[in-house]
Amino acid sequence: MTNSTTGSPGTSRSYELSDLAALEAESIHIIREVAAEFERPVLLFSGGKDSIVMLHLARKAFWPARIPFPVLHVDTGHNFPEVIEYRDRTVAAIGIELVVGHVQHDIDAGRAVEDTGPRASRNRLQTVTLLRSIEEGRYDAVFGGARRDEEKARAKERIFSLRDEFGQWDPKAQRPELWSLYNTRHRRGEHLRVFPLSNWTELDIWRYIATEEIDIPSIYYAHRRPVVQRDGMLIAVTPFISVDDDELAYEEVVRFRTVGDATCTGAVESVAATVWDVIEEVSATRITERGATRADDRISEAGMEDRKKEGYF
Amino acid sequence: MSELLRFATAGSVDDGKSTLIGRLLYDSKSIFEDQLESVERVSRERGEDYTNLALLTDGLRAEREQGITIDVAYRYFATPKRKFIIADTPGHVQYTRNMVTGASTADVALILVDARHGVLEQSRRHAFLSSLLGIRHLVVCVNKMDLVEWSQARFEEISREFREFATRLDVHDLTFVPMSALLGDNVVNPGVNMPWYTGRPLLALLEDVHIASDRNLVDPRFPVQYVIRPMQHDHHDYRGFAGTVAGGVFRVGDEVKVLPSGMTTTISSIDTFDGPVEEAFPPMAVTIRLADQVDVSRGDLLCRPHNAPVVAQELDATVCWMSERSALVPGGRYVLKHTTRTTRAMVVDLQYRLDINTLHRDEQADELTLNEIGRIRLRTQQPLFFDEYRRNRTTGSFILIDEVTSTTVAAGMLREPQAKPTVTPASSPNVVWQTGTTGRERRWETLGTTGMTVWLTGLSASGKTAIAGELERLLLDESRNAFLLDAELLRFGLNADLGFSNADRSENTRRIGEVAKLFAEAGTVAIVPVISPYAVDRARVRRLHEEAGLAFVEVFVDTPLEECERRDPKGLYRRARAGEIAGFTGVDDPYEPPTSPELVLRPTNGTPMQQARLILDRLPRPE
Repeated sequence: MTNSTTGSPGTSRSYELSDLAALEAESIHIIREVAAEFERPVLLFSGGKDSIVMLHLARKAFWPARIPFPVLHVDTGHNFPEVIEYRDRTVAAIGIELVVGHVQHDIDAGRAVEDTGPRASRNRLQTVTLLRSIEEGRYDAVFGGARRDEEKARAKERIFSLRDEFGQWDPKAQRPELWSLYNTRHRRGEHLRVFPLSNWTELDIWRYIATEEIDIPSIYYAHRRPVVQRDGMLIAVTPFISVDDDELAYEEVVRFRTVGDATCTGAVESVAATVWDVIEEVSATRITERGATRADDRISEAGMEDRKKEGYF
Repeated sequence: MSELLRFATAGSVDDGKSTLIGRLLYDSKSIFEDQLESVERVSRERGEDYTNLALLTDGLRAEREQGITIDVAYRYFATPKRKFIIADTPGHVQYTRNMVTGASTADVALILVDARHGVLEQSRRHAFLSSLLGIRHLVVCVNKMDLVEWSQARFEEISREFREFATRLDVHDLTFVPMSALLGDNVVNPGVNMPWYTGRPLLALLEDVHIASDRNLVDPRFPVQYVIRPMQHDHHDYRGFAGTVAGGVFRVGDEVKVLPSGMTTTISSIDTFDGPVEEAFPPMAVTIRLADQVDVSRGDLLCRPHNAPVVAQELDATVCWMSERSALVPGGRYVLKHTTRTTRAMVVDLQYRLDINTLHRDEQADELTLNEIGRIRLRTQQPLFFDEYRRNRTTGSFILIDEVTSTTVAAGMLREPQAKPTVTPASSPNVVWQTGTTGRERRWETLGTTGMTVWLTGLSASGKTAIAGELERLLLDESRNAFLLDAELLRFGLNADLGFSNADRSENTRRIGEVAKLFAEAGTVAIVPVISPYAVDRARVRRLHEEAGLAFVEVFVDTPLEECERRDPKGLYRRARAGEIAGFTGVDDPYEPPTSPELVLRPTNGTPMQQARLILDRLPRPE
């Protein structure tokens, strides 16, 4: 990203960094700080674009050494096969340990009870599996790819955000966070969620994917697939959802703006086939990523805040 | 090239701050339809006459309910010229800490003034805090011009008054913009109501303000954050020092000095994932390799041999207190984080409390409470390598952390030291970490030794003496000068006149401390196993050492009382329980465990030998 000798667009003679180079440097600083001050960090990796960028930054932070921590995927079992294939290929290429927390295991063990009905989603159940995985791995720092531009409650969350021994967030008891001095202290059993992409926006992520030529799962680009209309969103027809009698499944050229549980991640109509097409589309779009494509965030005004308090990503 | 600009906004709901931000986002087309729809719906439900753009920016439920912004919220928008990060902070005096937080990373501050009310106490406060936090560019938004009939005279009156006040502050660049955030004039678009205003709208100013030279590009500073040693076949001998450049420009081939060791070497390579670079400047995150094998670890700093930061343990700082649970008082001890270095610090003196509205200094103040700002003197356990905050915001700032609650309790900005001269770093980190005297340096160097005191405190029968014996043996095995000061033996000689009253115990601890200090001064590792039950006495011994510039390593041998009683090698607990011994520590006299020892040893750490090894690992090592 920053190469002053070759005169790349990142820098200039006046010692200025581009906005992306500055964001990258900040994120790398955060990632290194975690590696230096925590015993057992882990990076949440779903195969979604934010976690892909985060993993890419982690590689940069420690190069030429390998990333000194594993990645964790909380797997609802409702996956897009393209994403799982991407995940396994990427992890193998980097040579990093992958830990998978299966929501199914928590359902089988009775720790989580699945919603029923045609609109059932396992999205909420991920919290149970996430917290169990953190506890089992004794992780004391958990990297998440959340960005502050995603949602109002996130706009006020710290980059280093404390979770108590129940994994819960207390928005009233946040530590002041000044300069780039991060308070990493925590008691045994507590952990910190660390968000190196806090200051990135959706558009920044896409511009970075483009300039760094980062490979991402194919479902982010336009493709034809069967969908149904639900609550104004296009939900992919997969074995994990049941199509109601009054719903009509049809084929559409779509792409995904976010990648999550296949039952509640909406697609958008799009013909954006390359990363540059996507950037053009995102620049022009007038609807937020979550508003457009996350059924789970539409629950209530304070939906995300409540979920975060419980320990959600 | 698109550049990043961070700005802070301070103001209360009444000033129209949230409306201003909403207007910036809305008119620059940075608000999404779904966000706007939701705001319009809420506005309608509340029966408001117009779409309340302020609703776009208040995040947490409590804030929505109370209708106020109570924390720092970060907002993002971009124009083709710049990406903007807004730190949106509340304006009331009870949220000073939030304002300080938001200002800490900002390049520009927007100060909101209601044109009807003029320059109020809170406008002055916002301006002062912005300048205190080192923000060079202030834009005074004279808002609600629609409510003063777009009066040029009113605008000029306010500008004049503000300018007068600002001469007392450290502000480099002061701009005034008359506007109406509600109606949009001069926020993004010029509007038609103030033809007399020849300046540009706010957004245009923000797009063009020159911030690149605000960074310090003169004094090279590289705090080492993380040492990269791949332990892989393909990069077997690689050893790189990763970090973020905090000041100046580093180039390949530059001679650099390492603090605290004082060693000099040259930069052989500046590495990034994308390939080596010729130079690195703030805020680049890079990995520096050095030509010589020198000892460098996290918390060290690379600078230039003839341009080094201040190295000191006595620090003058302006702090903002951020805790509602406790107050800053002289004698308070904290964990201090400065660049990549974490050490302990004690408040030596509170010089004054500053009234942030009047700038009056109250030298009679004996504490700082939540949101108060004052000048203090600190003493740190290890020296800091710093620049005055005004010269460098990265190497000039620190936070204080409460050791018990682990919360961040203060933000501090370092000042050039006044009374005491700077400690010149010597060639060894072990000598450097305390101020030294010439006689000692010469003695230690000649004898090839490093003196210090290892103080083992804990209950009777906790295993202190056994561990101390093993430690003495380990040190002697390494040909290091060590001596076990047996407190019990001292009671037969030096302390033969003392009994076991509280006063006598204090005096016992004091004398042992003085003796240990002399041994340390002479170049010996004085190993002192002594119950020393009272925290205040141990603190006094620590101070004694720190003032003499000697390392003091407090080891808390934390064996549970039940286990000590079970061991009871001399039958003392049994006798104490039977009432034969009065005032026995742990039975009927308190033991005050250390809150911030250098090391805690528990039975789970293994045998006395294994425990002694843990201590050995923690001791400063001779060359």
